[in-house]
Amino acid sequence: MDKRAGCIGYYTDGDALLVAIKAIRAQGIEAFDAYSPFPIHGFEAAANIRRSWIPFVTFAGGLTGLCCGFILQYWTSAVDWPVNVAGKPFNSWPAFVPVMFECTILFAALSSVAAMFIVNRLPNHRNKAFDPALTRDAFALVIEPAIEDARAQAALATTGATGIRSVFVEGWS
Amino acid sequence: MTTIYVPEELVTGGKTYADVNNDIAAPLERFPNKIWWTCFSVAVLFFSIGALLAADMFMRGLGVLGLNQPNGWGIFIVDFVFWVGIGHAGTLISAVLFLFRQKWRTAINRSAEAMTIFAVMTALIFPVIHTGRPWYALFWLLPYPNQRHLWVNFRSPLLWDVFAVGTYFTVSLVFWYVGLIPDLASIRDRAKNKFRRFVYTVLSFGWRGSNKHWSHYEMVSMILAGLSTPLVLSVHSIVSFDFAVAHLPGWHTTIFPPYFVAGAIFSGFAMVVTLSVIAREMFHLQNYITLGHLEKMNKVIMATGLIVGYAYSCEFFIAWYSGSPFEGFTFINRAFGPYWWAYWTMACCNVIIPQIFWWKKARTSIPVMFVVSLFVNIGMWFERFVIVVTSLHRDFLPSSWKYYVPTLHDWGITLGSFGWFFIWFLLFCRFLPAIAMAEIKSVMPHKGGHHG
Repeated sequence: MDKRAGCIGYYTDGDALLVAIKAIRAQGIEAFDAYSPFPIHGFEAAANIRRSWIPFVTFAGGLTGLCCGFILQYWTSAVDWPVNVAGKPFNSWPAFVPVMFECTILFAALSSVAAMFIVNRLPNHRNKAFDPALTRDAFALVIEPAIEDARAQAALATTGATGIRSVFVEGWS
Repeated sequence: MTTIYVPEELVTGGKTYADVNNDIAAPLERFPNKIWWTCFSVAVLFFSIGALLAADMFMRGLGVLGLNQPNGWGIFIVDFVFWVGIGHAGTLISAVLFLFRQKWRTAINRSAEAMTIFAVMTALIFPVIHTGRPWYALFWLLPYPNQRHLWVNFRSPLLWDVFAVGTYFTVSLVFWYVGLIPDLASIRDRAKNKFRRFVYTVLSFGWRGSNKHWSHYEMVSMILAGLSTPLVLSVHSIVSFDFAVAHLPGWHTTIFPPYFVAGAIFSGFAMVVTLSVIAREMFHLQNYITLGHLEKMNKVIMATGLIVGYAYSCEFFIAWYSGSPFEGFTFINRAFGPYWWAYWTMACCNVIIPQIFWWKKARTSIPVMFVVSLFVNIGMWFERFVIVVTSLHRDFLPSSWKYYVPTLHDWGITLGSFGWFFIWFLLFCRFLPAIAMAEIKSVMPHKGGHHG
């Protein structure tokens, strides 16, 4: 219960939060995160976060799926036990397209979700929400422990945040 | 003169963000009411009837069904296509309308996606029990190394179906669950009971609403929507290949893939309207699933109904234009042969009755839309019946023509499938948020407090 997770301050809505992020960054503080019940549009730009790299995972996953789908069908139909079906060639690739397509989608979708779980470090059951209201109707900025408490609290105060206090990794106190 | 654009109010009643949580999560936190228990008992009863008849069928064999020569496919295949079709509206709402930035989808996407998953679970039962010995189905359907060293036939549309429906189920389930994570976290955070908090903590994976997480999360939502869109089109196209690839008049047509997809969306939207009308009354969600939402769905029903009507007439035109006597016979036999009653039930329910939605009064009337949605469901079930049975019962050799009559087992197992579907749907309404809370908050006016 004593590992500090940073310093929290609340705002009335997402727009106020975006203004505050710019003000905090102007003070040279980059170690922060915003918490809200739904995504705040414009957060990436305001916090200068790069666009998510998950689409590259999707592409690689899809390509893997496409190849696996073809190899599975080619190997079973033309190599391991070739069976003459209606006089079609053993490698009747046009008939393999539907399954290749489905494998592409399956691998792409599952790899994207897996990437999201890994990059967001989920599941993480030890970490509870800092405040139950954050998944309901509260908008908060948390300055991470890299910034010492006094400086973080002062910075939040200049942006008009309310309810400024320290939060801890497990639960909040 | 300038026109001022006033954005449509998607949530009525001046609700705040906190009200959203209270209204949507409350039904999960109190003991279910009498209506819920009544519905659940009826669903369990229907399912039990189906399960008993299915058990009897496994012991005595497929002979208890109405199948005969030449009707090798019957009610089970009709039910399979029907249920897969029902599922498609959920994906259309969650994926296609997402890509088109249709914000009204937020009110219905969660329950429509749940409907997709349960409908596909119901559909999957039919091909498996239709094998007669479902404990061998794994060996017949999936390509895994086995002691016979035989592989499945990848040139068969029936096997494409296994991959298409399997992928569809997996991706829909994952898409739905990813959407649920933030809402499960909301329910965890408002839980007073220790056990409930524990369950929803596990289910929500420790989601905290960090915007760094939201950034990746939104990207994944968009990717899944982008992947689901071609997927849903492929699934019913491949289901239609089950018929279109066969050289049978009435099945062997190139119009089948788009015709099946349009029909699937048509029937699926009708089912969404049926379920939404019930759910908004049962859980008092009138401010979230508004008349405006229902009207939009009715417009989709009318539009896809017209596409389906066009497909029916186009099939007849091609049957004549192709000059094939077999094709011509099949279609005349469809409308005026022994199964004329099925054909005209289909045409009335799917093409004529939805035309009432040209009137705004009908589109915005709850009783009218409820009745029309039931008719569309009946009509779309008959469409599959017409496709399967009328094409089969009179084949090339008149001496083998036979009338197909479904038996008690056919009907009882169909009834059981409705029970199975509603058991899952009612449990969903009971344990999970039926409306996507995080998404609906993002389309509400920009303030935490009361607006207006």
